[in-house]
Amino acid sequence: MGKIVIDPITRIEGHLKVEVVVDGGEVKEARCSGMLFRGFEKILEGRDPRDAQIITQRICGVCNHCHTTAAALCLDAAFGLADKIPDNGRIIRNLTLGFHQVQDHILHFYHLAALDYVDVTKVADYEGDDRVLNSIKAFIARGQLSPFVPRYEGDYRFPPEVDQELVAHYVKALEMRRKGHEAVAILGGKVPHACAITPGGATEVPTVDKIATLLWRAKELKEFVEDYYVPDVIRVAETYSDYFEIGRGCGRFLSYGEFDLEGGDPDYTKRARLFKQGSTATDLRHEPLDLGEITEYVKYSWYEEDTSGRHPFEEDTKPRLGKQGGYSWIKAPRYKGQVHEVGPLARVAVAYAAGDPAIREMVDSVLGHFKASPEALFSVLGRHAARALCALHIARNLEKWVLELKPGEPAYVEYEIPEEGQGVGIVDAARGALGHWILIKDSKIAKYQCVVPTTWNASPMDDMGNPGPIEQALIGTKVKDESNPFEIVRIVRSFDPCIACAVHLLNHKGRELKRYIIA
Amino acid sequence: MSEVREIPTLWIQGGTCSGCSVSVLNAVAPSVKNILIDEVVPGNHINLRFQATIMAGAGDPVIRVLEETGEGKAGKFLLVVEGEIPTAEGGGYCCVGEKDEHPVPFRDWVVELGRKAMAVIALGTCACFGGIPSGRPNPTGAKGVMDVFKEAGVDTPLINIPGCPPHPDWFVGTVAKILISGLPKPEELDDWLRPKDFYGTLIHENCPRRAYFDEGKFAKKFGEPGCLYELGCKGPITYADCPLRKWNNGTNWCIDAGMGCQGCTQPEFPDFLGSFYEKITDVDVPKIGEYWKKREG
Repeated sequence: MGKIVIDPITRIEGHLKVEVVVDGGEVKEARCSGMLFRGFEKILEGRDPRDAQIITQRICGVCNHCHTTAAALCLDAAFGLADKIPDNGRIIRNLTLGFHQVQDHILHFYHLAALDYVDVTKVADYEGDDRVLNSIKAFIARGQLSPFVPRYEGDYRFPPEVDQELVAHYVKALEMRRKGHEAVAILGGKVPHACAITPGGATEVPTVDKIATLLWRAKELKEFVEDYYVPDVIRVAETYSDYFEIGRGCGRFLSYGEFDLEGGDPDYTKRARLFKQGSTATDLRHEPLDLGEITEYVKYSWYEEDTSGRHPFEEDTKPRLGKQGGYSWIKAPRYKGQVHEVGPLARVAVAYAAGDPAIREMVDSVLGHFKASPEALFSVLGRHAARALCALHIARNLEKWVLELKPGEPAYVEYEIPEEGQGVGIVDAARGALGHWILIKDSKIAKYQCVVPTTWNASPMDDMGNPGPIEQALIGTKVKDESNPFEIVRIVRSFDPCIACAVHLLNHKGRELKRYIIA
Repeated sequence: MSEVREIPTLWIQGGTCSGCSVSVLNAVAPSVKNILIDEVVPGNHINLRFQATIMAGAGDPVIRVLEETGEGKAGKFLLVVEGEIPTAEGGGYCCVGEKDEHPVPFRDWVVELGRKAMAVIALGTCACFGGIPSGRPNPTGAKGVMDVFKEAGVDTPLINIPGCPPHPDWFVGTVAKILISGLPKPEELDDWLRPKDFYGTLIHENCPRRAYFDEGKFAKKFGEPGCLYELGCKGPITYADCPLRKWNNGTNWCIDAGMGCQGCTQPEFPDFLGSFYEKITDVDVPKIGEYWKKREG
């Protein structure tokens, strides 16, 4: 029996360590540890509630705009504004979040995940006149290959010409995701960390010139997703098709839904959203969303257990270093007492289960291409495909939303900060279900809790002993070459973890096993 | 092929949201591809050996790159630090990699590699001054490189590129300047070690809404024309060239988007002088350029 420790896991957001115990070439135990704590919830206490929107987006520079949106919805609710946001404000939030997520999904596939499948060094043999590829060829010829090596070796499967083409797409995708960010900035001010989404709506007043440029930017991004991103994911899936059977996970899915198509219902769980709210399982039966069913467990986390299993509004976060049996500083959120995966796969599965025709058509067409049943979705490749389809679905709606903006009309409504109040804001962030909860006393933040996507996905065992989604996806995996554990990093990255979001406290070593480090 | 000078560069990340990395990905000309692959300045190539957000490798092999560069290229490599450095609890709030089966506090990497580097760029307000995680009550003892170096007696040349996040041009421009004309001279940096090229003027000095301020026309709510001073703008006490440079390929910036400046390049960020939405009250709004003179006096 041996232990593989991968620290750091790179090409994700933040500091993640993964430890797996391998016996007979198979993963028997798996643990994810976050390695960073900054204490955002503590920093928020006592501040002006409005500041939550500016501060919480700094939790994560990759999914910042999802936090902005969740915080704005949360504050709207706490200020009694949830159903009073002008349409322009709602649409600006949808557009900035939409452009943000499309670029985020492009970034994840090409720049975070692809180097597990695409061999950059094959460009050394390129014999053509593409300037970009020739510049990379010259780079390789100089012999300094960082940051593309060192890396795990031995399972790059594409023929050189496909690797070369995908490397060219990697470079093009850099430009496209930058342009996606530019589109966010047009209505959001700047990005990362846009300033213009506030409680009450947005500070920008849309103008005709902005509408015109956004229209063409939306079209360009949509065409990239259609012509490059989706086909490239399919190409990876064709060549690495065994990954339809690797990294299955827990088989239950939760989505908060996102992109409000109307703003009249103050209850976000009931609103018409582009992606539907709810939960489902591998049987793809849809259940409506009930935020009262969210609880966080800490038996295996380094916290006092007196509020274990409670709702985010009712729990305390009291760290206890060295607690017996604990092995993680990430808590274990559960929905209806059960382990749930969140993220694009969950978003797509819930929408599919709810019978959304556009999602059904896209998913069925991909499954048809592979002559696969929906079961294939619950895998490493299923997650990548679902992410690409989310990007496609959003990208196909952006132009319509741009045209719904009313130039010159307000995007913002005035409000008073109440002396007391509470609120919740939910949005399905790029990486999954993101909830912000606020309690206001004396017009200041008395308590702020974020339950974020990677807390769901990278959670440790709950009080009932069920491992978290990534842990479940790792357990049982066959590792072909323990010194090049491709399977592990491919599974972990398929969840697109965002550890800055997830981690509440510092890492502490779990119980010592007989171990050796290979990597 | 003519000889190309390789500049070994390590980019390490501590208490960060990765927003600084993402912002640099938004560089336009040169693009991030030009920075990584091409000679960013003729004859010079940034040999980025470690950057956890984009590098191919993971785990032990990449940790060895840090160690080997520190040893083998002492005095020759550029160190970029992103994120604050937690100093409470022995620095254990942020660890990167393992040594002898123990997690290595980020603080140790900063001091050890910082001592051996040719120069250090602290990228982003967290790495410069502690940033948001150092906001009260600063639960992790978050500090910037400047303070950590002072405590550890490290005197490697340090350049601060603050901003939450920093503009890609501020970073790329600083690196290009080092490659073209060497490390900045002391008089080219301000008191906070920020290059005056980018941080030499107040937001307020170049603000397109400045005329409203001078005429006393203040916006009372968002979406209105007028100076944003009464809605919390920190432009009068914040040094950066955002009004001229703008953000995201020149598309927009905070005040053009109708929101006040949040003062994100300042050492006082985020605690500042009250809420981001509150008028700055306990300083007089300075006449142009006088704020720092007053501070020093």
